[in-house]
Amino acid sequence: MEKQWADMTSDEKQEALFGRWLAPKDPEGNDLKFQSPQAEKAFKDRVTRVKDAVQMKKLPDRVPVFVLPSFFPVYNAGITPYDAMYDYDKLYAAYKKFLVEFEPDGHLGADMPGPGKFFEALDYKLYSWPGHGVAKEQSYQANEGEYMKPEEYDDLIQDPTGFFLHTYFPRIFGALGPFQALPAFTGILEMYGLGYNFIPFGVPPVQQSLKALMDAGNEVMKWVGTIMQWNMETTAMGHNGILAGFTKAPFDVIGDTLRGTKGIMMDMYRCPDKLLEAMDRLVPLMIKMGVGAAQMNGKPLVFMPLHKGADGFLSQQQFEKFYWPTFRKVMMGLIAEGCVPFPAAEGSWNTRMETFQDLPKGKTIWMIDNSDIARVKKTLGKVGCLMGNVQSDLLVLGTPQQVKDNVKELIDSCAKGGGYVVSNGAFFDRAKAENVKAMVDFAKEYGSKVYK
Amino acid sequence: MAGDLVNLLADLKEQEALKVVKDRLGKGDDALKILDDARKGMEIVGKRFASSQYFIPDLVYSGEILKVISELVKPKLTKAAGTKKLGKVVFGTVAGDIHDIGKDIVVFMLDVSGFEVYDLGVDVPVQKFVDKIKETGAPVVGLSGFLTLAFDSMKQTIEAIKSAGLRDKVKVMIGGGQMSEEVRKYTGADAYGKDAMAGVSLAQKWISAG
Repeated sequence: MEKQWADMTSDEKQEALFGRWLAPKDPEGNDLKFQSPQAEKAFKDRVTRVKDAVQMKKLPDRVPVFVLPSFFPVYNAGITPYDAMYDYDKLYAAYKKFLVEFEPDGHLGADMPGPGKFFEALDYKLYSWPGHGVAKEQSYQANEGEYMKPEEYDDLIQDPTGFFLHTYFPRIFGALGPFQALPAFTGILEMYGLGYNFIPFGVPPVQQSLKALMDAGNEVMKWVGTIMQWNMETTAMGHNGILAGFTKAPFDVIGDTLRGTKGIMMDMYRCPDKLLEAMDRLVPLMIKMGVGAAQMNGKPLVFMPLHKGADGFLSQQQFEKFYWPTFRKVMMGLIAEGCVPFPAAEGSWNTRMETFQDLPKGKTIWMIDNSDIARVKKTLGKVGCLMGNVQSDLLVLGTPQQVKDNVKELIDSCAKGGGYVVSNGAFFDRAKAENVKAMVDFAKEYGSKVYK
Repeated sequence: MAGDLVNLLADLKEQEALKVVKDRLGKGDDALKILDDARKGMEIVGKRFASSQYFIPDLVYSGEILKVISELVKPKLTKAAGTKKLGKVVFGTVAGDIHDIGKDIVVFMLDVSGFEVYDLGVDVPVQKFVDKIKETGAPVVGLSGFLTLAFDSMKQTIEAIKSAGLRDKVKVMIGGGQMSEEVRKYTGADAYGKDAMAGVSLAQKWISAG
């Protein structure tokens, strides 16, 4: 008899999510129809390869290879990031071309560019994007800032959602400025006086904001229609999207887009206790975010971009006090629900790898960028699957032969015993197509010999 | 003698350092001498960063403390702060890229180390770099970039400097994410700096060499 989710062990839950990944459904909930038996086999082989690499219980049939770009598929198709964000047909074709051309064992989907008109409808301020603050030929870029003031820690701690609605959203969405006037929803307790809480909804500025939300939602539905169709078609072709969704380490939640880099660094000196309390408050919310995505999309891998804990950005003491504890708590919470945290250690994290070892084996997969991956294999690599780390400058400026030599070196030093996937180290916009092709083809060729 | 400002700042003791500054200003101490002591403290901060005793948050914190000290001292400056400037540096994040945190740290360390820095900001068009170099006669140029697209912008900026007949009058350093010897060669830069102190060392080396 099928065990209830709540009664399963974390191993069983992980197995169940991998099981759902291997049996994709269409939007009606029926089994997805693959385009051919070969396509179905290709898909299942790809997922199984990733499962074996992550679980580190048995060797995969060969070393898997992922290509995980940022805007590369856009440039590779000869269109601009503006095109990808405003013309969903061009987006669809470019990302499909990317899969057909390179045939990786794992990819990140077609949703990285996002819907330009949707961001416009909300007057999004946190980022500049092509045609809206950066040239049409460039990718979108974050606008660093103090979107949360140091005196607002108590607000965040006491009521995160309230803080987001009343204070944070008005700062990052120009169209939601009037949200400052929204009621405190936790005061909606009784019939007596209920009407007063709803005064804001009767005033024109707030009503304008609600209209902006509806416009935003309508635009999103168009984009989501494209993305879902793309997911169905490419999966039916045999391609393997690896992500369920994402979450973040609490230090990065606050340091990336709330307090900003300078802000959170000052907070470590000026109000360390508030910072620590706020991060603790965020742990269950970040776990829920990742678990929710995994359940909704029927896959275990939950992406976690790692930013402010990199080498040099914190002393080892600061890392152990401020960055690691809540990051680990989020990962353990994901693992307990069968998810596979997929942290991307962007930049160098050499000084942190020994600390990262304190995790259960076969439960995580890490994207390695500038860290010395051969050395990482000996620490974190003992418990976690590693992917990486073909460098951006090699993909952009090198030759196919140099790429092949690099992939050979990587497989030689990291593939033994399993728990390794060839991939690029950082999310790249530009590269020579022949270099990306060399990375994939040679990884498949040489990576088949290693596990025989 | 009320506490030693140089070491208090070097040790990042914000409250004590600010108290000392206020006490000294109250006693009528020379404002320029106070600023000079603050800069000596920053020099120690820079050295500790270079020897991996301090990290980026310490640089950022020291910068904030120095900012507060400067605000306290400024009204008391009776004559122009004629601190000897070691040389001129033109700096900016290249065209197409709007990342600025790393650049701001390097600019700050250069300024504190005695250079006169012209910070052109972010997404700086190629011609703007050329014009500033012509206008100031700066012998050192710093190009910052984080995205892979920055490689081409750096290359184009350096080519434009060459076309303007200025290439042999300046030394160019590049920095930011994804830097390497490969990128340096591709762009035509003279050197790349791995971090803020590397940038300061390069500027010192190039300017003293004349």
